[in-house]
Amino acid sequence: MATLNPVAPSIAAPPSPAAAPAAVRPRVRWWVIRGTLPRPVFLMLAVAGMLLPLLLWWAWTTFGDPDPVFMPSPGAVFARILRWWSEEGLIGDIWISVYRVMAGFFASALIALPLGLYIGSYRPVQAALEPLTDFIRYMPAVAFIPLVMLWVGIDESAKVLIIFIGTFFQMVLMVAEDVRRVPMAQIEAAQTMGANRGEILKLVILPSARPALLDTLRITCGWAWTYLVVAELVAANSGLGYAILKAQRYMHTDKIFAGILLISLIGLLTDQSFRWLHRRAFPWLHKR
Amino acid sequence: MSPSKIRIRHVGKRFERDGAAVEALHDVSLELCANEFVTFVGASGCGKSTLLRIIGGLETLSSGEISVDGRCIDGPGIDRAMVFQHYSLYPWLTVMQNIKFCRQLKAIADTVRSDSDVEIASGRADALLNLMGLSAFEKAWPNQLSGGMQQRVAIARALMPRPEILLMDEPFGALDAQTREVMHDLIRHVHQLEKSTILFVTHDVEEAIYLGSRVVLMAPRPGRIDTVYEVPLPAERDQDMKLAPEFIALKREILARIRETSGMRTDFELLEQLTRQAPAEA
Ligand SMILES: Nc1ncnc2c1ncn2[C@@H]1O[C@H](COP(=O)(O)OP(=O)(O)OP(=O)(O)O)[C@@H](O)[C@H]1O
Ligand SMILES: [Mg+2]
Repeated sequence: MATLNPVAPSIAAPPSPAAAPAAVRPRVRWWVIRGTLPRPVFLMLAVAGMLLPLLLWWAWTTFGDPDPVFMPSPGAVFARILRWWSEEGLIGDIWISVYRVMAGFFASALIALPLGLYIGSYRPVQAALEPLTDFIRYMPAVAFIPLVMLWVGIDESAKVLIIFIGTFFQMVLMVAEDVRRVPMAQIEAAQTMGANRGEILKLVILPSARPALLDTLRITCGWAWTYLVVAELVAANSGLGYAILKAQRYMHTDKIFAGILLISLIGLLTDQSFRWLHRRAFPWLHKR
Repeated sequence: MSPSKIRIRHVGKRFERDGAAVEALHDVSLELCANEFVTFVGASGCGKSTLLRIIGGLETLSSGEISVDGRCIDGPGIDRAMVFQHYSLYPWLTVMQNIKFCRQLKAIADTVRSDSDVEIASGRADALLNLMGLSAFEKAWPNQLSGGMQQRVAIARALMPRPEILLMDEPFGALDAQTREVMHDLIRHVHQLEKSTILFVTHDVEEAIYLGSRVVLMAPRPGRIDTVYEVPLPAERDQDMKLAPEFIALKREILARIRETSGMRTDFELLEQLTRQAPAEA
């Protein structure tokens, strides 16, 4: 049969499975620039990315056998967290630290938001305040500790003030930038509909900048957390940062690890809450 | 003497930038009657947008004056609405909320007093939504719409406060040819329905002739009015007229004049040189 016509069968043959349009299920393409990933794949990678360092840490402390003073094992750190919780008042430390960070952060946001709105909207305000803010923001917040102690003493407000100093000036500048990014066309459209200045601020600039402002708050809130340890240098006797500092004095490396991990965990949770809020508050950005 | 709606007299505009001055407009004079549809064409940089923005009150003029109904303009006003080339919609508001945006403004609220006015106003929002063929998208967000639909929302929003003058700066510039044709008939329909005076800037000469009763050709450096063409077509237009000999003749005339005034020339010698060099390099 093959001798009759070697070409014909391949033409007449039903399409082989490979040639048929069987590739209906699109292949997941990983390396597309700004591509997308199916959600389960994304989550899997994220979890793997988090667990891998933990695994390496565990492997090293188990098989490498380093001096626990230098490198405690994950198990030891976890046990330490439990002990901290049951015997050393972990909840109280978390509570006071969250309070300090949030107080500093909210005080800063309360002033930075309106101030940034005006700096970003009105040139005279910008000219008068932006260079000054830019200048102050490079002053090292840590170096203010002695001054803060001198000026406001060593009570709670001193710690809150340090966090405030660390976040406020950056926040003002970022808010002003967010406000300046509102497209001029959106503002001009309102002007041609007869909106006055107050209405433009309230009905156009603020709502338009709101998603960017929430992102700015999210980022600066993270910075506020990084100033916690610094703030609790000021005559504190409680708090996560203070616990880390004290553990340092007694070479309790496991507690240092525990404190650092707890702070990052709280930071991560805050960050995720901000992201969740972003999705809830600005559905038009997330729904297409 | 028929009273003119907009009177532009000897308007000049200079932009100072880094010490250098650009004369964006030089001695521009033009009169527009009520309910006229005038289109503006001209080479890039001849000041079309600047003129429109000055009339809209978004830019100040350096010399001359512009009056609407005999009153000199001073800043933006609800009698003049503007539609921009790039989408100026509010992404955080739905289509309907965008259209009704002006109703939150004090300047508009002052004109709406009784309950029946409010009812008329909401009826108007619905009517505009339907007119623009957007009734199915009332609750959609702008970024869920195509470019043409977004621009229809922008037009509806501009029409909402019943402006007597509509200023449109290349509103269909980003749309494809088919959508553009639909929009042309839509805007002509709006023009007849609302009795508004429309100033319409475009790069597309065909669009300018099809829409306008007059086409104003502007020339650059300094930005000025070069020629004003009367469009020899009846007030009622349809797409077939684009094939009429007088349409094509006018189009050819205007295109030739834009080329002459633009000051840009294709350097054929240079092009030839480039093509000659290409094979040698390969
Ligand atoms: N804000 C500004 N500052 C300085 N120069 C400006 C400003 N706006 C416009 N110009 C200048 O004025 C001239 C006219 O600009 P305009 O935007 O009105 O031109 P146009 O006719 O609308 O051009 P196009 O067709 O490209 O939109 C240009 O030379 C431009 O560089
Ligand atoms: Mg322009």
